[in-house]
Amino acid sequence: MSDNHLIDHEILSTLQDVMGDDFGLLIETYLSDSEGRLSAMQKALASGDAEALRCAAHSFKGSCSNVGATTLAAQCQLIEQAALNKQLIGLETSLVTLHSEFSQVRRQLAGYQ
Amino acid sequence: MGSRKDERLITVLVADDTSTDRLILEAILRKQGHRVLSAEDGEQAVAVYSAERPDIVLLDALMPKLDGFAAARQIKTLAGEELVPILFLTSLTDADSLVKCLDAGGDDFLSKPYNPVILQAKIRSFFRMRAMQRTMLEQRDQIARHNEHFLQEQTVAKQVFDNITSGGQVDSKHLRYYLSPLAVFNGDVMVASTTPAGNLMLLLGDFTGHGLPAAIGAMPLATTFYGMVEKGFAMSDILAEINSKLKSILPVGLFCCASMVEMNFRKNTVRIWNGGLPAAYLHRNDGQVEQIKSSHLPLGVLSNKKFKSDPALISMAHGERLYLWSDGIHEARDLDGEMYGDDRLLAEFANNQQPDELFDDLLKSVKHFVGLSEKSDDLSLVELLMAPVDIADVNPDSQVVTTQSQLAEWGLTFEIKPSSFAIFDPLPLLLSVLLEVPGLRNHSGTLYTVISELYTNALEHGVLGLDSSIKDAPDGFDRYYQLRRDKTQTIQNGFVKIDLAHKMQADGGSLTIIVADSGSGFSLADYTQKNDKHYSGRGLKLVQSLCDTLEVRGDGNIVAATFCWHTDD
Repeated sequence: MSDNHLIDHEILSTLQDVMGDDFGLLIETYLSDSEGRLSAMQKALASGDAEALRCAAHSFKGSCSNVGATTLAAQCQLIEQAALNKQLIGLETSLVTLHSEFSQVRRQLAGYQ
Repeated sequence: MGSRKDERLITVLVADDTSTDRLILEAILRKQGHRVLSAEDGEQAVAVYSAERPDIVLLDALMPKLDGFAAARQIKTLAGEELVPILFLTSLTDADSLVKCLDAGGDDFLSKPYNPVILQAKIRSFFRMRAMQRTMLEQRDQIARHNEHFLQEQTVAKQVFDNITSGGQVDSKHLRYYLSPLAVFNGDVMVASTTPAGNLMLLLGDFTGHGLPAAIGAMPLATTFYGMVEKGFAMSDILAEINSKLKSILPVGLFCCASMVEMNFRKNTVRIWNGGLPAAYLHRNDGQVEQIKSSHLPLGVLSNKKFKSDPALISMAHGERLYLWSDGIHEARDLDGEMYGDDRLLAEFANNQQPDELFDDLLKSVKHFVGLSEKSDDLSLVELLMAPVDIADVNPDSQVVTTQSQLAEWGLTFEIKPSSFAIFDPLPLLLSVLLEVPGLRNHSGTLYTVISELYTNALEHGVLGLDSSIKDAPDGFDRYYQLRRDKTQTIQNGFVKIDLAHKMQADGGSLTIIVADSGSGFSLADYTQKNDKHYSGRGLKLVQSLCDTLEVRGDGNIVAATFCWHTDD
């Protein structure tokens, strides 16, 4: 299943171990953080602010990698790199992809709670 | 309970605007037993740091308000010299960004996703580093405090020493000298003073060792030197006294290489004694250089029985110069470690055209040779010039009389009354007065014998009326002294009066001793007829042989003796 590539289950189970009772809170926090980052990225792209886009992509990349959403992290890396090079053309498509991948991650994470 | 420092509770500040990452990091750190503080942006991070002073700071690079780089700089500034390890939380991967973290004062990175094992290892390692640095700072401060204390002590010691040595330092055209500012702590010491006769007496010493131990010996040396020069003691006496003092004070292995010089400006002679210092150089008017090498052991090595304080006597014409130095000049090293040495010294003398610039040229040459190497401040150099004495400088005739600390012309009358006869011996008291006259000190034995004989005669034969012929009988001595004891304890009337008078003469002085008693006297004719075999006759004969004149006055109850002494110069 292609879904398996979206999440590194080993990282997630380590996290479960580390967080204990707080694991649910962590997932909730991650989801709301991510929505914030995604809308910030969209806003930045719409206004042509490459730096704001780069920062949002960078921060989102960090939290994604921390929760084991490795595919999302890789996608963020591409956007961050493009924003750093001021190449905003064509990034709308990348953002749409990022959105849909995030929706799948959200569904998978629901299974952990 | 773990008492080891790195098992102590470690406080970690986590600053990250992404709640997810912060939550995870906090959870890991807590689980590992650390105390965790949180901040959501750079400004908060700085505020929390300054309020709580955590041990270690974990900073996300990109944060609103104040980014991680700026926060790191502020925290490092707040920390001062304390080491606060800052670890950047980052998924930055390009080299430029990582360099930027380090430039801002970051000490390391922690990459996302977080690995608890690596995180724990880094926290512990940086905490150890911090503890080590703190220990280092404490030790540095302690060393600084010790050093400050040490310098203070040195300054005080130097002041005390300067106070002592400045006692008689002469400021004269005959003497030029250079001593490095803290010479006393290199073990070098120079003392100089003018004798009552107007001679210049100088001692240059080099104690073994450095620092306070070397400086300690300089104190008794200086006080002895000034005390004795002022009183007019001869150079050999002063050397012997300093030697015996150092020998008794200094531990084995600590001694003083020294040269002592006495310049006589009237006779144009110099007495010099060199014990262990490099050869002194005598620069003659014709450009020749004579070396006066050490021919004695240093001061403080030999007991006074074996110590030889016999200075050499050399004549010096006007304009001739004598140079003394400690081994600081010979052993001065340049940057390559080469020593200045005798050859360079001799060359400097050979090249000299202006004798009055020789002193400065020598110093300049040594300092130039040494250059910037660290031992450039360990030099002692003395130049003594033979030149006529200005009348204003020294007036030898008046000096002898006017020197207040010296007993010159004086008289003293001392009378012993009956109740003291049995219990009081006037000799130590009188002798201690006599020894205040420097010229008499060398004759204390003779003076003791003379006064003791005259007093005993006056008391026993004069006042007590004992007949010395009693002693001729087999048990005479015992009977005589039994009688003496009885009589001294019962006697009610009588006296013995001792007059001492001293005056200075051109080449010394004379002491007149007059002993009078309340007895009826004795016939001089009787005395002269006495046979040498009789013990009782020995007293006056002995006195006569020791004194320059002996005279019996009155009815024979007054005896006057004169003792003359002469300066050896």
